[in-house]
Amino acid sequence: MTGSDLVMYEEEFRRIDEELQKLHQQSNAKVVFLVDKNGQLIASAGETHDIDTTSLASLTAGNIAATGGIARLLGEKEFTILFHEGEKDNIHISLIGQRVILVVIFDNRTSLGLVRLRVKKASETMGRIFEEITLKAEKEKGEGKLEESIFAEISDEDIDNLFR
Amino acid sequence: MSFINYSSREINCKIVYYGPGLCGKTTNLQYIYRRTNPDQKGKLISLATETERTLFFDFLPLALGDIRGFRIRFHLYTVPGQVFYAASRKLILKGVDGIVFVADSQLERMESNMESLDDLGINLSEQNYDLDKIPFTIQYNKRDLPNVVPIEEMDRLLNPRKLVFYEAVAVTGKGVFETLKAVAKQVLFELKKHY
Repeated sequence: MTGSDLVMYEEEFRRIDEELQKLHQQSNAKVVFLVDKNGQLIASAGETHDIDTTSLASLTAGNIAATGGIARLLGEKEFTILFHEGEKDNIHISLIGQRVILVVIFDNRTSLGLVRLRVKKASETMGRIFEEITLKAEKEKGEGKLEESIFAEISDEDIDNLFR
Repeated sequence: MSFINYSSREINCKIVYYGPGLCGKTTNLQYIYRRTNPDQKGKLISLATETERTLFFDFLPLALGDIRGFRIRFHLYTVPGQVFYAASRKLILKGVDGIVFVADSQLERMESNMESLDDLGINLSEQNYDLDKIPFTIQYNKRDLPNVVPIEEMDRLLNPRKLVFYEAVAVTGKGVFETLKAVAKQVLFELKKHY
């Protein structure tokens, strides 16, 4: 079960963050963010201050999951791109490597064409980074390097403290 | 599937409240939402029908505190309990770290409880999870009602693993945090086993 846990280290996080910042600038989008397929926000770039990113992440993942369910009913493997058009803002959602979801929110300062083009490029780069993350996590798990992690020392008391 | 972020020093875990329709899953989340400090919670999102039946899911993000410098975040979800929402239920179980099974204690709901528990086992196994191994807590809800089944009988029907169970009255909050704490503990200890 935990074989598929996502473990993110400083170095990979920085690379992903850089890639997101680049995408944000080059596509001229308002906000760009990256969500785990299970609804957890991984990273974001742009004007995030007035957006509830946690809720957005969970709903986006729900959206992708529901669309994936529809795809399978129709005999498709997955619909890899979703696009919602609003009066002012639009949202472009795409899957990277079956594992993470890239969300771009943009308005009329840019165009769907440009967003799609930039998303495609960024997806390739980020897809590679996520492959590396998976490999690294598996390797370190095998070597037992993570044993020094915080989990080794978690006690009943720590957990009780969370609920005070 | 937990998300451990060493860069932002966060651990994110997903907990799903499962159970038959109208057993009180959403009520559990609503109580938790009401009783948590504003700085520890996000918005409670309910994708429900006009009659307040859950259509897709409810979602509540909680950040209860830190352990060894890592912020522990729990994302709580409920599934739609009604039988015909089977497809949606499966989707929400994706990547789950821990499950709370909320059973309705009323006599006439026993069959629905058992049906829902079977449904949970099947949906989990489809995603290569094992109901006997995944962090799991059982809550016997609505203990305040007059026509409830005795605990021993419910335990015999719904709790073959003889796990610790919690008696609850979710509308008043009785047993709600105890249940959450129990599953959270199991989830974190499960992580400890693997990392």
